[in-house]
Amino acid sequence: MDMKIPNPVRPAFTIPQRDDTVIVNIGPSHPATHGTIQIIAELDGEKILRTDVHCGYLHRGFEKECEDHTWHNLIPYVDRLNYCSALINDFAYCDAVEQMMGVEITPRTKYLRTLLAEYSRLADHLTCIAATLMELGAMTAFLYLVMIRDYIYEHIADLTGARVTYSFGRIGGLARDLPDGWLKRLEQILTQYEEFIGRVHGLVDRNRIFIDRTRDVGVLTTADAIHWGYTGPILRSTGAARDLRKDTPYLAYAELDFEVPVGIKGDNYDRYYVRMREMDESVHMIRQLIDMLPAGPINVDDRRCTLPPKPLVYGEIESLINHFKLIMDGPRVPAGEIYVAHEGANGELGFFLVSDGSGTPYKVHVRSPSFVHMGGAHKMLDGYQLADLIPTFGSINMIGGECDR
Amino acid sequence: MATPIFESIQSQLGSLATASSVSHGTLVVEIAPAAISGLVQTLKSACKFDMLLDVTAIDWPGRQPRFDVVWHFYSTTHRVRARVKARVPESDPVVDSLTQHYGSAAFQERECHEMYGIRFNGNADLRPLLLYEGFVGYPLRKDYPKLGEQPLVPYREGFDIADRAGV
Repeated sequence: MDMKIPNPVRPAFTIPQRDDTVIVNIGPSHPATHGTIQIIAELDGEKILRTDVHCGYLHRGFEKECEDHTWHNLIPYVDRLNYCSALINDFAYCDAVEQMMGVEITPRTKYLRTLLAEYSRLADHLTCIAATLMELGAMTAFLYLVMIRDYIYEHIADLTGARVTYSFGRIGGLARDLPDGWLKRLEQILTQYEEFIGRVHGLVDRNRIFIDRTRDVGVLTTADAIHWGYTGPILRSTGAARDLRKDTPYLAYAELDFEVPVGIKGDNYDRYYVRMREMDESVHMIRQLIDMLPAGPINVDDRRCTLPPKPLVYGEIESLINHFKLIMDGPRVPAGEIYVAHEGANGELGFFLVSDGSGTPYKVHVRSPSFVHMGGAHKMLDGYQLADLIPTFGSINMIGGECDR
Repeated sequence: MATPIFESIQSQLGSLATASSVSHGTLVVEIAPAAISGLVQTLKSACKFDMLLDVTAIDWPGRQPRFDVVWHFYSTTHRVRARVKARVPESDPVVDSLTQHYGSAAFQERECHEMYGIRFNGNADLRPLLLYEGFVGYPLRKDYPKLGEQPLVPYREGFDIADRAGV
């Protein structure tokens, strides 16, 4: 092809600041970038002087598309924001719509959603740590962690029918209840998790190579983290015990006993360790929730959002119309606006919804942690070695699906 | 929820806000577009809203002024959120940038600018972020067609792998 393809980005700088530096382009499809992201960097030898981070290569018009579907139809879309912990997206979105409608979920759903959110957080942190370690050459630790993650994926597939994108949340409840023996298998996986996470601690925590690559690399102060909007494990790694599960409790978190682990320096090592400790807390929470899980219905008995039972749909005209209207027009959400945030695996996942009173959203805006984190990523990259980009970017855990929407 | 905190914040904001209320546990403050800088100084220093969570806009075609610019703030001290809204007209959709107060404003304002065409006075870097250089229009405005296509690389015509000789 002799056609000239235009450059989709305009770099923030094209002229080197000094005559002995060089400007390089990294990504958007590069093994080191751990996601579809483009970094334009000025290098002094191996040292990064300044960076210009470009995202958007996974932009698919999520927010525009949402304005054209009923409230219920969005659940598969929100799944695909952070696809490492899709259930957290589901529940945050459903919670926002339920609060607008004034729907109170059943006790069993409340505890089950909390349990599944923590289980998803476990899978998300496992993915992040495994990928970061593998990029630093720790293949054994990667396989241990991904093995556990795959047990979790298969286990959630037993419940939801899918490994990654579950579409399991429903406005006013969940798609279905737990299958027989699901909690027994959960306990087995948690026991295996503990065994293998112990091995990873043994392999990695005091490993000279790992410490050299991560300690004092990508350092972020608490003041900088707050200034640049960082939330989640990255903010906590700087020493600030900010966690929405504690600060503004939602679901069943107010009743659970758990700690908020924090780091000391805000470097890559602290981000690794905060995630490792958070996984232990998630397991601790899941065990409490198994004991607390009450019996009872999954879906609220509210015809504004819950489909009527199938025998009634086939047996009486009112339920048939109800079913038809809910599918074709969507659940009617009172006009208004709401911002609901849950503690996603990467930080504050906020849904800003605007309704005009119809069955279709007027506006859906996602405050995704990854997008905000990309806005301040240069604080963790500038001044370090080019090779440090790999552990730093791994520890940020940018998820293209939620960053680019 | 934490109503006493909201009451004290509302009294501190005083006349900077044209209206304020509490909705779903969030303080909602409406202001004139020109008042945003002054309001944010008070919000940040006196009311301890140290984090800018989000910047977006809402398009109401047919309404005058057409757009709502919406900011969400969080206070790590009081653990509450505030939503600030300002109405700007389609003819001159300009508000002051918050980049000098919050670093996180930089990316968010770029997104809001490319999606809604809101200009942020003082943000020197409003290059496209999720979209690409040369994209025409503002896709999240209600009058932008959902199925509108403007590919950066033209689609190849008539190419089909099955048409190739020898395949």
